Amino acid sequence: MSHKVIIPIGPYHPLQEEPEFFRLYTEGEKVVDIDIVIGYMHRGIEELAEHKHFDQVAFLVERICGICSSSHPYAFVLAVEDIMGGEQNVVPERALYIRTIVDELQRLHSHLLWLGLAGHFIGYNTVWMWAWKYREPILEVFEMICGNRNHYAMSKIGGVRRDIRDMDIPVLKKTMDDLVPAVDMFKGAVMDDPVIQARLKGIGVLTREQAIEWAVVGPTARASGVNIDIRRDDPYGVFDKIDWNVIVEKDGDVFAKTKVRILEMYESINIIRQCLSKMPKGEIDANIKDVPPGEGIGRVEAPRGECFHYVKSDGTNRPIRHKIRAPSYMNVASNKVAAVGGTISDAAITLAAVDPCYCCTERLIVLDKATDKKLMNGWDLIRLSQEKTKKMQEGRL
Amino acid sequence: MSVTEKIKERFEGRITDWHEHSARRAYFSIKPPDIKEVANFLFKELGLRFAIATGQDTPQGIEILYHFSDDKTGQIISARVLIEDKKKPQIDSIAPLFVAAEWIEREMWELLGINFIGHPNLKRLLLADEWPEGKYPLRHNHES
Repeated sequence: MSHKVIIPIGPYHPLQEEPEFFRLYTEGEKVVDIDIVIGYMHRGIEELAEHKHFDQVAFLVERICGICSSSHPYAFVLAVEDIMGGEQNVVPERALYIRTIVDELQRLHSHLLWLGLAGHFIGYNTVWMWAWKYREPILEVFEMICGNRNHYAMSKIGGVRRDIRDMDIPVLKKTMDDLVPAVDMFKGAVMDDPVIQARLKGIGVLTREQAIEWAVVGPTARASGVNIDIRRDDPYGVFDKIDWNVIVEKDGDVFAKTKVRILEMYESINIIRQCLSKMPKGEIDANIKDVPPGEGIGRVEAPRGECFHYVKSDGTNRPIRHKIRAPSYMNVASNKVAAVGGTISDAAITLAAVDPCYCCTERLIVLDKATDKKLMNGWDLIRLSQEKTKKMQEGRL
Repeated sequence: MSVTEKIKERFEGRITDWHEHSARRAYFSIKPPDIKEVANFLFKELGLRFAIATGQDTPQGIEILYHFSDDKTGQIISARVLIEDKKKPQIDSIAPLFVAAEWIEREMWELLGINFIGHPNLKRLLLADEWPEGKYPLRHNHES
């Protein structure tokens, strides 16, 4: 006789950084069905984009996600440049290199972030601490180049907003050199660890057929043997001028997803190094003033998979339609098959294995407990951050 | 034979417009009753990946673009349908053909008010439960 019990995870749950609601239907230990409820973060950005001019939209879509905050503006400017004849025909070459470097730095910090969270979910908190420790120098590099740890504001229609200065390049190279032993260590500590293998192998399996049926993208698809990567299939930036490999695994379990992300970090380091040595001097912005009427599609391989933007212009300074599809939109839905059939204790790591897009945009106020007086507000933080950036740029830090 | 040639041959006489914006971006228009057959051919027979669909409110009617990605060539092929009846727009659901279309049809149903006939689970995806019935955030008032 079956007796179904419903276990709710979310919408607000200590294990989740973002609100989403999974309703697990269980029989004993086994998950027999799952209901996924999203929409708690719906902010109406597609509608909002129709009321901003083209340059503002790049800033707006950057705020969709604090982790993929290079992917969304990049995909948006690619869509607009598609209307104008394609990125390669519009954007100066140096800007293509800078876009590629920022895109790959973002993948590195995002994969490290996920690795840390995955370690945390399975109770391996050492991996969490390590991963976030080695993620930190990448955020510092971002701050040096862009002035911000997140929200880089690099891509604009026709180029990038700021150059990578000659003095930044040795720091970038050193950061990459220092990261290789760290990734080596993760490879050993995670991929060769019998306990981790026992915990993650055969868990949350998404077969190749299921991956195709659910049209999943990115590492989630590649871990199930679906050989797709927008960087190779529909190249943007300078990915077609660089020598690198697409990582594909066959098993479709959580371990395969972990492996894909760890091995992809080597490729990202490799891509950044090649970009730094090949990057030509020259202009970084084509100074585009007007967007002609038409429709365009831009897509980039975000850390979580294909990020898809469709833009329609009628020749005014605002888009008349802007459709955005983030990779998690396809990937989260596939939990319906990946988590069902597993046990309750595997559900948390399975649901997290697609790397659902978490926002790291918390705000902070420091209060004096005795008087309730605000000691520090958002503007103080911005001032502190700007002072630190200035110090870094002057080489005083 | 390329994917685009196969589509042109299979639906000869039923494609009302074919536009190749660039080597990797193609758009074609079909009548709404053909969508199931076209989606089935693109997804199941040609093996294209369903990327997403874009619904939009235009002065001529409600338009849906179904974007399919050919990951072997990097081409995006978008099938366009125009539903002229804006008062009660409806079209066959393609979610029964492949599950990847389930969420986006729910989204277009709640944001644009398009009824997808035969959808297995047509309920809200993004909007809050308190959101009023019959209000569609992505509809425009073209008259004003």
